Amino acid sequence: MDLNFTPQQDAFRKEVRTWMEQNVPSDPLPSFDSSREGFEAHRDWEKVLHKGRWGMVTWPESYGGRGLDLIQWLIFEEEYYRAGAPLRVNQNGIFLLGPTLMEYGTEEQKSRFLTAMASGDEVWAQAWSEPQAGSDLAAVRATATRDGDEYVLNGHKIWSSRAVFADWAFGLFRTDPQSERHKGLSLIFFPLDAQGVKIQPIAQIDGETGFAEIFLDDVRVPAFNRLGDEGQGWRICMATAGFERGLMLRSPARFQVTAQKLVALYLAHQDEVEPSVRDAVMQAWMDAEAYAFSIYQTASRLIAGGSIGAEASTNKIFWSEMDIATHKAALSILGARSELLRSAPGAGDIGRWLDGYFFSLAGPIYAGSNEVQRNIIAERMLGLPRV
Amino acid sequence: MDFHFSEEQDMTADVIRSLLAKLCTPADLRRLMAAGTPRDDVRWQNIVEMGLSGALVPEVAGGLGLDAADFIRVAEACGYAALPEPLVENTAVALPLLAEAASDASELSRAMDGEITVAVGHPANPFVADADTAGAILMPHDGALYLVDPGSATLVAQPSIDPFRRLSSVNFDLEDARLLTNDAQPLLERALDRGAIFAAAQLVGIAQACIDLAVAYAKERNQFGKPIGSYQAVKHQLASAQVKIEFARPVVYAAAVALSQYDDFSRARVSHAKLAAASAADLAARTAIQVHGAMGYSWEVDVHFFLKRAIALENAWGTPAFHRSRVAHRVLTHPLGPEHTFAREQSDA
Repeated sequence: MDLNFTPQQDAFRKEVRTWMEQNVPSDPLPSFDSSREGFEAHRDWEKVLHKGRWGMVTWPESYGGRGLDLIQWLIFEEEYYRAGAPLRVNQNGIFLLGPTLMEYGTEEQKSRFLTAMASGDEVWAQAWSEPQAGSDLAAVRATATRDGDEYVLNGHKIWSSRAVFADWAFGLFRTDPQSERHKGLSLIFFPLDAQGVKIQPIAQIDGETGFAEIFLDDVRVPAFNRLGDEGQGWRICMATAGFERGLMLRSPARFQVTAQKLVALYLAHQDEVEPSVRDAVMQAWMDAEAYAFSIYQTASRLIAGGSIGAEASTNKIFWSEMDIATHKAALSILGARSELLRSAPGAGDIGRWLDGYFFSLAGPIYAGSNEVQRNIIAERMLGLPRV
Repeated sequence: MDFHFSEEQDMTADVIRSLLAKLCTPADLRRLMAAGTPRDDVRWQNIVEMGLSGALVPEVAGGLGLDAADFIRVAEACGYAALPEPLVENTAVALPLLAEAASDASELSRAMDGEITVAVGHPANPFVADADTAGAILMPHDGALYLVDPGSATLVAQPSIDPFRRLSSVNFDLEDARLLTNDAQPLLERALDRGAIFAAAQLVGIAQACIDLAVAYAKERNQFGKPIGSYQAVKHQLASAQVKIEFARPVVYAAAVALSQYDDFSRARVSHAKLAAASAADLAARTAIQVHGAMGYSWEVDVHFFLKRAIALENAWGTPAFHRSRVAHRVLTHPLGPEHTFAREQSDA
């Protein structure tokens, strides 16, 4: 047990910091979910990152990475958020599909997809849920029918993050029409501009179009686009979900920086707010710290050869609830001004707290609802019976 | 950076866990309660023979010179078993304090040999735990620290809701006491940090014990033709409490590692650990009672032992309000941000 960074780790931090200081755009980019322009601005940023070989530092050099370990990844993330760098438009690709591809993909698939993913040339959306398959994901009905060297995709996907502007999507399809539930599913990639793909943006609670419906009507893709074996889709999908909830999607630095901003907001208004607000602010800071300690612990264990288990679920519950509480604390400091849009003349230092609050409300729902996570914890961690 | 216990640390934790699993079951607790004696002599003898009494006393003073991180899961295991005997306070608080104040005191070597235990009167605690069984009591008075022979002091028992906690008020004459130092303040501050972090570790153990009891019951108890643990209303309560434990434990471990910095950063981390562990224990104990239903409100089910210990430790070694203000002090006066997660004061610049 040694909670000090090595000189090499300190040097790495310095290297990241220097690069970020020189390269992070000084003005925030427009949202990648509200316009093509904002989306492309984020794609350009991904290209800048890739050029500096910062796209995905844990990936092997052959795919545009640096082959670094998870502790270095955490350091990178800390410096990334510290610098206020843009959100990763390709998070579905680099954080979710990428690690899964690395584990289950063939060499040909890896060289075809990973570098283009790391470089931002191909931005990915996910296509898991369907109107009748939400928390009950094993109820998917979309089909992939084998036809020679191709699959013919049909079905209706929904709540597909980034699908409005992205280039590719990965999704769960039933390759065995006789199958039920978790069996007979496969994970298949398809280009979002393929013939027969129709995208219907869905306006979110905040008016942005962060997700969409995808209608697939006889969409033909090569069988090469299937990840893993036919019928292995559920297992691979759960591996992806494990990474998403477990480690990659929400690194601690994101919440620590938010907590830091909350403290700054509190300091600017501490004479106006009631004493109980201080406790909420401190709780937000402590929770972000606790999340960081927990992730460092997990990362250390993974480096030592361990694996990620049901803590993927405890993490997801913890960060999603922390995120809501943190933004709620900010709104309580802003008081009667908290309803103002940033464009309101009287908004002052209101910042993005309201946007963040709305986004935080999605946290307990996406990547597997917190109810599903609690079932997983109860059954796999605590050993409670399923029926 | 390696947030990972060593094999040696794992071994120490395993030894105490299996010892207590054998000698400190709820049935043992009930037997002790019925006997009305303060300690189980056989159990205490076994604990003493582990040779951990001087674990946190520096080697120059004859101890093992271990770190807080080496002992933190020992304290967690003591919480998990609701151990009545003062292994944690004697080893991890009293003896390090005595060693700092008077490393040549004969009481120190006798305590490290397991002949006696030492109790601590600390300004953070209104009463002294285990003074009645101690061979010596450390008492602050007027900025100074004294070593008091219990035989020469007046002890008034202050019964606690926790049947195994033995609190006393201690009155003593200065002439009968041995002055150890006139400058007790820095020593007492460090003792408070030690008391708080090892209380936090016990609270994490208590919390896990509550969940484990409730899970075992939820698997066995049938209603509507199924084990109640199969119902989501029950599952989700237990899962929520387990989440709280999962995000208290690493804070406790990280605080143990930082403990000896004794700066604003380590103090805030200790306080954070104490708050997180106390709130996990509180939720876990109440959840366990709820999951047990009416049985949970009965004397027969063991959950109340843990609930009561949790109530005691939540407020021992600094109340939640005290610890929240220490966190606030660090947050409002020192740099924040992810690069400071593992910071110490020297590296501020």
